[in-house]
Amino acid sequence: MSEVMNEEFVTITVDGRELQAPKGAMLIEVTDKANIKVPRFCYHEKLAISANCRMCLVEVEKAPKPLPACATPVMDGMIVHTQSDYARNAQKSVMEFLLINHPLDCPICDQGGECELQDVAMGYGQDVSEYVEGKRVVFDRNIGPLITTELTRCIHCTRCVRFGREIAGLRELGMTGRGENSLISTFIEQSIESEMSGNVIDICPVGALTAKPSRFAARAWELMQHASIAPHDCIGSNIFVHTLRGEVIRVVPRDNEAINEVWISDRDRFSYEGLASDDRLTAPMIREDGEWVEADWDEALQLASAEIRHALDTSASDEKGGDEDSEAGDASSKLAALISPSSTLEELYLLQKLMRSLGSGSIDHRLRQSDFSDQDFAPLIPWLGQDIENLENIDAALLIGSNTRKEQPIANHRLRKAAVTNKAQISFINAKEFEFNFPLANNIAVAQQQLAHELAAVAAAAFTASGEAVPSYIADAVSKATPNKAHKAIVQQLSQGENTSVLLGSQAAMHPSFAALRALAEAIAVQTGSIFGYLSEGSNSAGAWLAGAVPHRGPCNDADAVKGLNVSDWAEKAPTAAILVNVEPEHDVAQSQQVIKALTNASSVIAITAFRSPALEDVASIMLPAAAFTETSGTCVNAEGLMQSFKGANNPAGEARPGWKILRVLGNLLKLEGFDYVSSDQVRDELRGHCESIELDNSISGVAQVTLSATGGSFMRAADVPIYAADALVRRASSLQKTHDAIALAVSMNPADAARLDLDDEITSVSVKQGEGSAILRLIIDEKVPAGSAWIPMAVKGSELLGDPFGEVVIEKA
Amino acid sequence: MNAMIEAENTLSAHACEEIDALLKRYPAEQKKSALLGALNIAQHENRGFLTKELMQAVAEYLDLAEIEVYEVASFYSMYELKPVARHNVAVCTNISCMLMGSQSIVDHVENKLGIKLGESTKDGRIYLKQEEECLAACAGGPMMQVDHVYYEDLTAEKVDAILDALE
Repeated sequence: MSEVMNEEFVTITVDGRELQAPKGAMLIEVTDKANIKVPRFCYHEKLAISANCRMCLVEVEKAPKPLPACATPVMDGMIVHTQSDYARNAQKSVMEFLLINHPLDCPICDQGGECELQDVAMGYGQDVSEYVEGKRVVFDRNIGPLITTELTRCIHCTRCVRFGREIAGLRELGMTGRGENSLISTFIEQSIESEMSGNVIDICPVGALTAKPSRFAARAWELMQHASIAPHDCIGSNIFVHTLRGEVIRVVPRDNEAINEVWISDRDRFSYEGLASDDRLTAPMIREDGEWVEADWDEALQLASAEIRHALDTSASDEKGGDEDSEAGDASSKLAALISPSSTLEELYLLQKLMRSLGSGSIDHRLRQSDFSDQDFAPLIPWLGQDIENLENIDAALLIGSNTRKEQPIANHRLRKAAVTNKAQISFINAKEFEFNFPLANNIAVAQQQLAHELAAVAAAAFTASGEAVPSYIADAVSKATPNKAHKAIVQQLSQGENTSVLLGSQAAMHPSFAALRALAEAIAVQTGSIFGYLSEGSNSAGAWLAGAVPHRGPCNDADAVKGLNVSDWAEKAPTAAILVNVEPEHDVAQSQQVIKALTNASSVIAITAFRSPALEDVASIMLPAAAFTETSGTCVNAEGLMQSFKGANNPAGEARPGWKILRVLGNLLKLEGFDYVSSDQVRDELRGHCESIELDNSISGVAQVTLSATGGSFMRAADVPIYAADALVRRASSLQKTHDAIALAVSMNPADAARLDLDDEITSVSVKQGEGSAILRLIIDEKVPAGSAWIPMAVKGSELLGDPFGEVVIEKA
Repeated sequence: MNAMIEAENTLSAHACEEIDALLKRYPAEQKKSALLGALNIAQHENRGFLTKELMQAVAEYLDLAEIEVYEVASFYSMYELKPVARHNVAVCTNISCMLMGSQSIVDHVENKLGIKLGESTKDGRIYLKQEEECLAACAGGPMMQVDHVYYEDLTAEKVDAILDALE
């Protein structure tokens, strides 16, 4: 009771029970907490109160009429009856009005069985309607590929409208017309574009807004519900997977106030569609004389282990250029492995264990990174530096190389809350001016080759403000920078706030000057008293670091582990054999051209994958079908360092098997020690045993000298990974691929660059050359792209024709 | 009919000036307060009706979501969202005027112009408003409003004279 005393409390009586409630609380909040059921449609705990459905009417003594519990503040001595005849009568009448225009089509309604209207009508409605006149009919609107409208069923609660205004930060749905003609609609035939739009399906209390991809696929009561973790970003949103006879029908949020509250992003909600994609790998396949033939597991695994053994036994004279490499062992240059940062902790741990047991440390999950120069100084886990929940309490933040809105929609939602309710001063420094759904203090965009210089200017302002000496490793970069007004303002906001953060996004991690960005960002954080953190790529980057899926460290920072080559080094050295786990080399790897070349030259490439991609079929010699997303048990570690384990929800497609089991059997066949696990929990617990006393700390010490390269006159490419191109699963999610955010490949550039290259308005496509690659791309002239760089996203169809996402490009008239 | 009715797609400099004057009446961060007035101005400039493009232009000018403008424009009966003829004729059919015989006035107008309520004449001259709520001139019923001007104590002859005078 001690914390209760600090707040002012009042005592009310509800249905004869005395309740303590904070002054000013709404009646419905108090009854909900006391588990007293009051029916409602428009009230939602996460949305503003509108009190328009009137379903929550209750009797309050001394009040002249029934009062809506959602909009009635509690007062001391208030006596409330929620079940009295008077209250029940009021509720019954409202129910009757709400049902007047509602169709009786429950048997063909997707919401049937999980419908708030149906439930409340059962409890509060009459069994026969007195209404005999004609019912209102509303024509449906097409609002995009994710949400079906059935507007005749709408009861005008406006939850979806408030969701757009308050949560998505994008007013898309509205109530148009008046009186009987009012209806929920977008602005004259527009589709919904929010990356969180699917949540309106959950909050709609009736069947007016339902999920288009799972329409008519199942009845709610036939579905099996499985708790799981979303596999696309470093937030690790909690989800339920709903299956019918072993097939995933849909994904819905699982409430977790500390992580995703009650929301999930559209990517997490609809990516399951990729599971049923046509190019699922459903049986082990072996390449025989250039042709792919199906094999049984036994044969394929025996062959895989034999090929690995053979590659390791190859005499040193067969190697090319392994002589300079003293640090990485012999095996490290012969056998290399790449694994997606969205793999499970168990897959990551077992793959590195397999590799290191074979003597090779060449394993990496940092597929889209290209600057590894400071990896020895990297923290144990580059983490958020704080709880996800804290993001909504910050006063100021600086994010570098990050488009949170599309990369981590839930983190963005927390930041939005900070900006909107807390008036937090949030600034971005990016290689493109992204659009955000909340007010920003600064949205700085500079050409990618200027990004580190820009950050150096902020650092210079930070050191000037703090009066501290610039440490020698960044002294050169900082001394050459001249801060402008915006840089000084950012430093002032960060220094003045009490709860401030400097965060590096996944585009910063992909940047060719990542080490410089990291050193400068950390210095700014230290000088301004801010938390330094990362919003990393994939769903399990943190887990990958923890598991030791990096070439320079073993599990939990084990410095004695076998060391090997990072992805760009081994691409040069050309290993004899490689293992790819959940990787599509044409899309998931930054230096895709070099890596694909190295893989093509390798004598053996074993791909453990859920999908067949053209590039995999070109380079692999064996493809082993892996379980995807809902089909495997496992663990993910999110950006705040939280380990979340989940179980499989359905059987893997065809003969596919969970990745950890494939790696376990491979370990057994290779006669390696300690591969006798019977469950994925055992794998996780073994790793945990290594990590008993770890502490998360993002500070970096003794960083190598940062020198910023002079920015020459070359025209550089800059890139991000668009939201629906992030990984193999989402790239195959057919409905998401029809949305506005499914970005088609194009080159965007500043009008100044277009003028310089003599590309006028009439030119719609240009020829883009990059290294050995070239493509004809659609041209978009866009002021949001800073002059000096051309924006060409990676991981989208066609981008595999080009090379490094941050390399030099030559653009000419097609 | 559409050939006779030309639509504006952007706000003119004059309209913007008028909206700016309206905006001065409200706090700077509450531009939405000027929405009704701004729509009036836009509709007036476009000879009596709003287009999708005009609503978008107003949304952009006032920094509002397009749907917010559409919500308001579709709510109030004083905004026309479909092309209408240049003169807006609205016969009051609320209770007082009804008791004073507004139905015969409506019938007369419909017969005279050859159109029903909610329609425009083919020559693009007169639009008969679908339904007009009480205009607070009950003492002079039956009454009608033509382009913002009230005409009271109507008779068939009076209506003929008024309508014939419209260009």
